[in-house]
Amino acid sequence: MSVTAEQKIPTGNREDEIQIYDLHKSFGDLEVLTGIDLTVHRGEVVCVIGPSGSGKSTLLRCVNLLEQPTKGRVFILNEEITDPDADVDHLRTLMGMVFQSFNLFPHLTALENCTVALTQVKRMSAAQAREVGMENLHKVGLGDRGDSYPLQMSGGQQQRVAIARALSMDPELMLFDEPTSALDPELVGDVLSVMRDLAAGGMTMMVVTHEMAFAREVADRVIFMDGGVIVEQGPPSEVIGSPKEERTRTFLRRVLDPTHVETPDDEPSKGQSTPPEPPVTGRPHRPAIFGH
Amino acid sequence: MTATTVETPRKKKLSPRKRARRMRIVQYGALVVLLLIGVLFIDGHQVQQVFFRPDMIAKTLTSNLPLAFFNTVAFTAGAFVFGLVGGTVLALMKLSQVGPYRWLATIYVEFFRGVPALIVLLTFGLLPLALPGLKIPLDPYGTVWTALGLVSAAYMSETIRAGIQAVPKGQIEAARSLGMPAGMATRKIVLPQAFRIVLPPLTNELVLLTKDSSLAYVLGMTVQGYDLTKYGKDLTNTHSNLTPLMMAGLCYLVITLPLTFLVRKMEARQARSK
Repeated sequence: MSVTAEQKIPTGNREDEIQIYDLHKSFGDLEVLTGIDLTVHRGEVVCVIGPSGSGKSTLLRCVNLLEQPTKGRVFILNEEITDPDADVDHLRTLMGMVFQSFNLFPHLTALENCTVALTQVKRMSAAQAREVGMENLHKVGLGDRGDSYPLQMSGGQQQRVAIARALSMDPELMLFDEPTSALDPELVGDVLSVMRDLAAGGMTMMVVTHEMAFAREVADRVIFMDGGVIVEQGPPSEVIGSPKEERTRTFLRRVLDPTHVETPDDEPSKGQSTPPEPPVTGRPHRPAIFGH
Repeated sequence: MTATTVETPRKKKLSPRKRARRMRIVQYGALVVLLLIGVLFIDGHQVQQVFFRPDMIAKTLTSNLPLAFFNTVAFTAGAFVFGLVGGTVLALMKLSQVGPYRWLATIYVEFFRGVPALIVLLTFGLLPLALPGLKIPLDPYGTVWTALGLVSAAYMSETIRAGIQAVPKGQIEAARSLGMPAGMATRKIVLPQAFRIVLPPLTNELVLLTKDSSLAYVLGMTVQGYDLTKYGKDLTNTHSNLTPLMMAGLCYLVITLPLTFLVRKMEARQARSK
């Protein structure tokens, strides 16, 4: 813990819902996060973008301690979740999490997915839990599918049930881990529109995503991560519209123009388009910059 | 021109479909020959007299079959419940963070999978000799339940452990992210799914156990404790006729065939839901 990080703690500001100080995470010898400082304010929508392997999902999973950070401190609503004595289970009820692969409970109906934690964790009565669950299923447009089992639903519907399940706990903030990456393209829109409604309703959201259009439209702040650090952050118009950092520009070029393939002698500074390449069947070649 | 060069083109003319048809004809032909041998050389009446004599069928049915049937089912059901509970505990021990629990479970499983069930049963039957004060309750049921249960727990624990590990890690993560403590996530989310996965193999274990319950005869008990095999064997010895034993065999099929049918249904359903 560096002295400067120590001085910043705690802010005691109720408007700061997530505070992350000097966060490190390693898996064995592999350093995934190397010193992240980040504060997410109440009602703010923060989109985290970056190449795969940049640590953005790990950062999100450290916030609700699904991953134990190697070093650093994380505060949720000014309570330290990384404190060994913290009531982690209680703090987790304050933040909803939505996973890339939905992770709905397949042995429970859509409604039961929403109510199981209410009755078990919050000790709510079955009738009351049912009411809350139905209300949230309606919110995501699936009020008529309460009795369906997850496997009877499309991916988009499953992900919306997952959002309803998280919302049923009445969380203070929501974490989204690439919520649309596992979906067929035509199903992405429904999930994003639910998330758009949530953001409009003032929910604090931290979203790891590859949906640049969504980030540009909904995010209050975009964070570009690469190699385990935050490279650049700011309003979407700046980070996506006119990025300052070369790494951000390289990434956005690859994401926004998928046919563009970098070659080793392709100087990023050239900037101008390379001649169109034939479609790549295998893994596209990665410039050395991503080889951390 | 040699014979082979004449033969080769003719063989090549045989299309795969024609060859398959010829194979089918050969197979049916063999079947007909076997049936003919059976009809010609087996004296149907004699066979019936030894294996299915009508008056012996009646005698088997009326003398004490329901009790024997009940005993077989009771031995099996009790041992299965014992094995299921023990197997779940062993599976959780094998997945424990605490080393000694894992070692103990491993030793147990390897021991009871490697020793014949017959020896375990005999040991438990003779245990009162070694420990004079010991009295296993509900004899002979208690003895059979314990001995066969201990053996099947070893087999079932491996199945259950595989089932628990087959539940995706994301399920625990989702449960924990909703604020569930680890124990609650295991009970409410992981175990229900694990048992759904292992239901077909566990039912197979129940079929095996039904047949293994015939080992109970080594305990040398009273008529009241006879299971189907012992009952049939006794009558067969008394009357020098195999009909009672055949009847006992049919009774096993009455129990096991619905179970195997159930397993096939469950497996088909699981295959569909994937």
